[in-house]
Amino acid sequence: MTKEERLKKRHSAEKRFRFYGIVSIFVALLFVLILVHNIFSKGSSAFMKTAINVEVFFDPELIDVQNGASIDEIMQSDFFDITIETLLKTYPVNDFDQENELIDLFTTDAELEIKRALIDNNNLIGKRINLEITASDDIDQLHKGNYPRDLPEDRRRISNFQLQIYDTLVENKKIVKNFNNYFFKNGDSRDPELAGIGGALVGSFYSIIICLLLAFPVAVLASIYLEEFAPKNKITDFIEININNLAAVPSIVYGLLALQILLATIQLPRSTPLVAGITLALMTLPRIIIPCRASLKAVPPSIREGALAVGASKFQSVFHHVVPLALPGTLSGTIIGLAQALGETAPLILIGMVAFVVDIPSTPIDPSSSLPVQVYLWSESAERGFVEKTSATIMMLLSFLIVMNFLAVYLRQKFEKRWN
Amino acid sequence: MNSVLIFLIIIFSLSLFFYGKSKSKTISINNNIKLNALPKFYGYYLVLWCSIPALVFLLVWSLFEPVIIKSIIIDTAANQGAIFNDKNEANLIYEKIKAIHLGTYLGDIDSILKESALSYAKFINLFTNSKIVLIFGIIIASIIYSLNKIKNNNKARDDVELILKGLLFASSLIAILTTLGIIFSLLFESIKFFSVINVFDYLFGTNWSPQRAFVRDASAITEAEYAELKDAFGFIPLIAGTSFIAFIAMLVAVPVGLFSGIYMAEYASIKIRRVSKPIIEILAGIPTVVYGFFAALTVGPFFRQVGESFGLSVSSESALAAGLIMGIMIIPYVSSLSDDVINSVPQSLRDGSYAIGATKSETIKKVVIPAALPGIIGSILLAVSRAIGETMIVVMAAGLAANLTINPLESTTTITTQIVMILVGDQEFDSPKTQSAFALGLTLFIATLILNYIAQRAVKKYREKYD
Repeated sequence: MTKEERLKKRHSAEKRFRFYGIVSIFVALLFVLILVHNIFSKGSSAFMKTAINVEVFFDPELIDVQNGASIDEIMQSDFFDITIETLLKTYPVNDFDQENELIDLFTTDAELEIKRALIDNNNLIGKRINLEITASDDIDQLHKGNYPRDLPEDRRRISNFQLQIYDTLVENKKIVKNFNNYFFKNGDSRDPELAGIGGALVGSFYSIIICLLLAFPVAVLASIYLEEFAPKNKITDFIEININNLAAVPSIVYGLLALQILLATIQLPRSTPLVAGITLALMTLPRIIIPCRASLKAVPPSIREGALAVGASKFQSVFHHVVPLALPGTLSGTIIGLAQALGETAPLILIGMVAFVVDIPSTPIDPSSSLPVQVYLWSESAERGFVEKTSATIMMLLSFLIVMNFLAVYLRQKFEKRWN
Repeated sequence: MNSVLIFLIIIFSLSLFFYGKSKSKTISINNNIKLNALPKFYGYYLVLWCSIPALVFLLVWSLFEPVIIKSIIIDTAANQGAIFNDKNEANLIYEKIKAIHLGTYLGDIDSILKESALSYAKFINLFTNSKIVLIFGIIIASIIYSLNKIKNNNKARDDVELILKGLLFASSLIAILTTLGIIFSLLFESIKFFSVINVFDYLFGTNWSPQRAFVRDASAITEAEYAELKDAFGFIPLIAGTSFIAFIAMLVAVPVGLFSGIYMAEYASIKIRRVSKPIIEILAGIPTVVYGFFAALTVGPFFRQVGESFGLSVSSESALAAGLIMGIMIIPYVSSLSDDVINSVPQSLRDGSYAIGATKSETIKKVVIPAALPGIIGSILLAVSRAIGETMIVVMAAGLAANLTINPLESTTTITTQIVMILVGDQEFDSPKTQSAFALGLTLFIATLILNYIAQRAVKKYREKYD
């Protein structure tokens, strides 16, 4: 091989090597794109829901409340007859089977929606109004174009007769798309058209607040001790090794810890944001301590010495000068730690957060779900409607994480001081 | 009750702050002396003395009260003739007694239960009253003690700082307490498990099917039952599945992560680096349940379709799908760490290599990477430890059946998946099945601990060399 050929070969090896690097970065970026695109294309439709426009006649014969009835009276009275009456008027049907198929186009909560209309406007009795009743999940998916119409009838959940009604309703412009307020307001449900993340949002909120209240002060105090006051001895070395190890312990092990100590020994209530918050706090602690110590370490000694020189005690130099200067870094580390805790699922599953909870928790000791656990729960549901609900929940989760991360970066850049 | 007490303690402490402050001022004015510390430090001193002992007492008391009451009640119930054979039944009776006390119990109430409920009410009352009395006693004692110190013109600042320093130290001890908590909670249940199942049967068994282990009383297990149990808890399929998926993940993460780390450290302009590094790190910030969802609903079925078009039978929960997605999740751990490590290789080494005419890639391959090797290996080991501890992706995408297979298209299971499967839903107390989850947890903990230890040593040792 001549010199020139060898050089050429070496240069092409150089190009190849460089190319591999570009490809690798490209693969990683591509994956972020695919994932985000996949989630968004599946999930964005969940923010709208399909409703069917019906005419409700609040027939005084069929309901036993009068105009001006209180909310309690309305909620307790029986609206079944008027609901069936209303729904059956939307399309001419001949027999019992067809009636059932027609009623199946609507959500199982139609009765409640009619009651709510009466509660909103309490002198409707004897009058007719147009109301948009939420459609059942199958119709919702059909209207959004996710439902395969061309399958043979026996493999579809929607019968040919129902398709026929649907098409007529579409022609008459009776089918509308609304903003899906249920998705944000409701708790979990077996019916996809009614299922919402309200309960999970509240549960996640409580858990994260408890996690913050427990982890942040302890982590900051521990970092201050280790960075500023701790003598260099075996005990502090041991603490330091411990913290590094804890940061790398798999999250599911914290779930086992919580199960054994918090639930079995101390007997805190299962499935609650309280236990979730404590578990997440234990897990987040080392993840906050590490960046917190780094930002304390970055404050130059001259600051401390300056304070000491004018007669401050060691404590005053630390708490009046070093800690405020290290605070932005500490806060951004805390926010990132909390963002990780917000997405954590495995330990929460072990403490029973996978229970099916319909009610929205009002206190941190009520059973509840959390956003990532809701994703896990819904991902196992067979109904097609849950796929978009799951993806939409992921969208919410990711947007919280993005906001938190931006906040962390902003804090760091805005308040970061360069010392040299 | 507790929240009221905490509120009272806080109110007390706050008012003591102002009292201490003004009191120390009056002392210094009346006696015309200069106190040893600023008035506010006397206030702080009182606050700390008033709140910390009371709060610590309250915490300890609340931790132990339910346990003590429970054991007393169960004992008295047993003395009165209540019949229960094991811990479960005792727990059940205790729950009944509590429900009767709260008035929410709907079943029949016999005389024993009624008696017990009454004594339960009595004990709750007694404990609550003595708690209140003791807490106020503690508060009063500590106020007297600390007020005395003000009169004597103590050096309040030093005292306050000493107490605070103690608090700081206590906070850092929480890390040790957590570790101890983990070790004990895993160890206790594991010991119970290994007292039923032989360690060697567990470590070398090739069959994992814990659902077979429905033993009512684990302490009195018969020969026949044990023969049945013996090969229900074989660890080999789980470690095989775990390492297999981790291996597939590494096949994805190591080349992609390493090459992008190298590219970002050596080739990329500052602009590209500034954009691409955070985007790759997004991958580490995405919750794992999202990856699991993606693997289970998109990647798994996609592989299945592709496989079918080639005439292969691919399980929709396959080791390949789980491993691939896990690998993508791990890319940033490898790339960021190796980027850091490569960046800390001193420029002089590269310059030396360029000086003798090497190209950039030759320098990287022959000089930079060998110099950074321990750190790179460390980062890969850390990534492996992530992979074996990762739960949600495998729970959602890898499958449940413990299958000894090396076919990536089949479903397989992992340690973490089994822990979740065993502990979700209604668990039996004291059954080897429930305890086996803790044995698995212990195994996982030890394995990741060892990996992390080696990795941290490798990264650290290497860094020291050039610093």
